[in-house]
Amino acid sequence: MRIASEIVEHAGDSPLIIVGIQRRGVQLAGRIVPIVEQALERKVGRGMLGITLYRDDIQAAGQRPVVHETRLPPEIDGATVVIVDDVLYTGRTVRAALDEIADFGRPRRILLAVLVDRGGRELPIAANVVGMTVATAPGDRVEVRVSEIDGSDGVDLLREDG
Amino acid sequence: MSAPLLGKDLIGLEHLTREQVTAILDTAEPFKEVSERPIKKVPALRGKTIVNLFFEASTRTRISFEFAEKRLSADTVNVASAGSSVQKGETLVDTARNLEAMRIDMVVIRHGSSGAAKFLGDRIRSNVINAGDGQHEHPTQALLDLLTLRDRFGRVEGLKVCIVGDVMHSRVARSNIWGLTRLGAEVAVCGPPTLVPREFTDLGVRTFRRIEEAIEWADALNVLRLQLERMQAGFIPSLREYNRVFGVTRERLARASKDLIVLHPGPMNRGVEIDSDVADGPHSVILPQVTNGVAIRMAVLYLLAGGSPDWAAGGSDEK
Repeated sequence: MRIASEIVEHAGDSPLIIVGIQRRGVQLAGRIVPIVEQALERKVGRGMLGITLYRDDIQAAGQRPVVHETRLPPEIDGATVVIVDDVLYTGRTVRAALDEIADFGRPRRILLAVLVDRGGRELPIAANVVGMTVATAPGDRVEVRVSEIDGSDGVDLLREDG
Repeated sequence: MSAPLLGKDLIGLEHLTREQVTAILDTAEPFKEVSERPIKKVPALRGKTIVNLFFEASTRTRISFEFAEKRLSADTVNVASAGSSVQKGETLVDTARNLEAMRIDMVVIRHGSSGAAKFLGDRIRSNVINAGDGQHEHPTQALLDLLTLRDRFGRVEGLKVCIVGDVMHSRVARSNIWGLTRLGAEVAVCGPPTLVPREFTDLGVRTFRRIEEAIEWADALNVLRLQLERMQAGFIPSLREYNRVFGVTRERLARASKDLIVLHPGPMNRGVEIDSDVADGPHSVILPQVTNGVAIRMAVLYLLAGGSPDWAAGGSDEK
């Protein structure tokens, strides 16, 4: 997997922790970790982030978004943390993830790896590692399937009236 | 946008569906972890103002709510009846309307009168959470009991749970009966006829008059506090007599053919309804209950903060 090998290039010497954003980022991180461990010939920490409670749209009335579990290893101070998510769009999820990580400690560096970058950023956020870049319009939906949740792997671009 | 899960208020479990109760328990799961973090705080309710309005004494419940609110980053104010304008004769609604005029978002209320929480919820815009009203309900206590049972057994459905003691005067018992039956548990009550009247069979629960039978039957005992003022009122002959006949003791638990767990909502009267070596022993889940209480209250606050702008349309009970 190319994403994994690019993470290896970014790894450096500090301890490496790979965290997936709930839910599909967790599955992707789970696949990346063993490849990175093999390449680096050392153990890599892993974690998951449920960023719901850090969302900036949570005050809006309506159905409460589902809260997912967060698990981060304790040795986050001084480590290189790689955030893994399926789709990078507005950047608001990553903003929430950065805030949540900051409440756990002070990593030496935080990197971002995504499977799909669909553009449309609303915040000054960029990924360090990108699996593929897709040009999309605001009404489009980009959906990543992972077999653990969806029964199969793939990326779908759904365009209304397309 | 779909409707909020819980509506405006949490008054009791009587009118909640199985799905709603399960959703609260499921939401509490990720909140358990927040209290284990180095920084025990998430920004989910940042900017919300919550008033804890306690007209009755409470330590555990009030502190548990306050921790839950603070760990969600809400701003909180505590109002106790002593030292407030309540002592000067202000009515409940006037107190609440004055608080609302200061632009609050939620009220957590503990009150000695059954129905006080609903009364308030029907009259103010803010979300209202019942932290115990008279002999009516104490929903968050029952929810944390359900969560503790689910932690231990992996499920609530099919469990045999016996509520022991002063069932008649207990809002904890009522909320537990609603919640347990809604999730498919079998419920029994055990105690003397003065404290466990026959009417409870109407709620679909069975009655034990001997604690030994209850222990033999149950997977879990929920032991209620014997409120000492009941003795003066003649409901029981003496505390020692009560302990001899209905006390949950190590000897009685040792005679049971299977292991069971013991819950107690606190505060305990050690040596009356429960012996110290049970409260501190391997059967007890009393401290896990307290830990779960914070997670449950965080979940309820989080779910209710979704807000229901159409509160005025048909009252609060649109469950």
